This record gives sequence, structure tokens and C-alpha cells, in this order.
Amino acid sequence: MDGSTIIFYLLAGMTLGCGFLSVLTRQIFRAAIYLLFALIGIAGLYFWMNYEFIAAVQIVVYVGGIVVLIIFSIFLTQQAGDTLASPKLGRALFSGLAVFCAFAFTMLQIWQDGFVKAGTAGEPLTVRKIGEKMLSTEEGGYALPFEVISMLLLAAMVGCIVIALRQKPETEEIK
Amino acid sequence: MQPGLFHILFISTTLFFLGVYGFFTRRNLITMLMSLELILNSVNLNFIAFNKYLWPGQMEGLFFTVFIIAIAAAEAAVAIAIIINLYRSHRSIDVESAEEMKY
Repeated sequence: MDGSTIIFYLLAGMTLGCGFLSVLTRQIFRAAIYLLFALIGIAGLYFWMNYEFIAAVQIVVYVGGIVVLIIFSIFLTQQAGDTLASPKLGRALFSGLAVFCAFAFTMLQIWQDGFVKAGTAGEPLTVRKIGEKMLSTEEGGYALPFEVISMLLLAAMVGCIVIALRQKPETEEIK
Repeated sequence: MQPGLFHILFISTTLFFLGVYGFFTRRNLITMLMSLELILNSVNLNFIAFNKYLWPGQMEGLFFTVFIIAIAAAEAAVAIAIIINLYRSHRSIDVESAEEMKY
């Protein structure tokens, strides 16, 4: 058992443990913090697989963006020290059972499937290659999805502002 | 045992079904959103693992992951705007309290 294997198991344990706690804990703020550590564990797994670019994107977008957004919205909408109501026993039981059966079925499929390695190892991925491919308009380039995503982000931003806009006071009639 | 594709798939499957369990049992919109993030992350992990172990030297999985992360960010922002607006009008973010659009 070498160092890389030990690091993998540490990251896996951190990710799964924090994921479990994030789903099961009764305090919403703790759930957000456990989610944060689960996402950091996933970023660590990307590092472990030598996908540094994706790991950096994961940390910047998820840890630096989405979790902070979630924590702010918890502050805005939750009373401090509130605990969430525990789910009804029947609902927890049946969803646990359904999830366990689906999990066992999926793992069985994965276990039985001999995945065939289809490609040959090329040169290592560099950020330069990723950027050139992302903006290339030739065949296999990703210029069009890139532009579509930028439009989507713009639309989401405008939509957020419109949705979260405070309504005008009642004196003005809504058209 | 040297970790490989199967181990990564085990992690991502577990995370996915944890997210599904949270989505089923939680009644608070923010925690449901958090479960959704877990699900999306497990999908990303799958794409990267398949790209690394089955198609090394290609970049399709990587680009799918980048685009999924971008869409997830947009989705989380819109969802939180809706949640805050709902809290303003209903003083609660339980799914049971937002029943007006049900019928």
C-alpha cells in the first residue's frame, strides 16, 4: 500500500463521511459545512486523478461560490439555532429502502460490467490544450457550447435579479 | 488493492444515492438544493473517471464536467433567488408551505 493509495482512501472517506453527515444532520448550517468538506474531498479526488484544471474549477465555483451562496441564504431565511424537523418515519424508511435497493442494483451492474479501455494514453492534459480546444471552431471544438453557456449565464443573472427584486409598495398598481 | 475505476464509481454511486435520499426526506428547500449539488457532483466524478480510465488522451469528459459545473452554478443562483422570494412572501421555505401552484 503506497502513499497514493492511502491518500485516495483518506479522500474517499472524507467525501463519503461528510456527504452522509450533510444529508443526515438536523442542523442546516452544519449540513452546509459538511457539504463544503464533501466538495473539497471531490476536488481532492480530481487532484488525485491528475485533473488539476477541473479541481481548480471545482474549488473556485463550488467551494468559493455555491456554498457561500447557500450559507448566505441560510442566514437570510433561517432563525439561528433552529433544527429541522426530522422526516416522518415511514418516509425515511421507504426512501432509505428504495435508495438502498437502487444502490445495490447499480453496484451489481458496475461489478459485472467489464469496462473496456478504448483509448490510448496521449500527452498529458495541459491548460493550454484545454483552452485551445474550448475556443476552436473546427470539428470537435467547443466554441458553440461555450457561447451558449455564456448566454445561459447571462440569462440566469438577469433572471435572478428580476426574481429577487423587491416588489414595489402597494400604491402602485401592478400591470 | 490499487484504487481504480471501480473505486471511483463506488464513490460516485454512493454520493448520488445519498443525494437522492436527501432529496426524498428533506422538506426544506435549501437542504434539497444541497442534495441536488451532491447529485451533480457525483455525475461530474463519473465523467472524469471515465475520461481518465477508459478514454485517456481525449477531453470529452472534461468538457462535459466544465459545462455541468457552469450550469449547476446558474441553477443554484436562480434557485436561491426563488427561495429568497418565497421566504419573503410566505415567511417559510418548507415545500409544504408553497402549495399555491400545485393545482
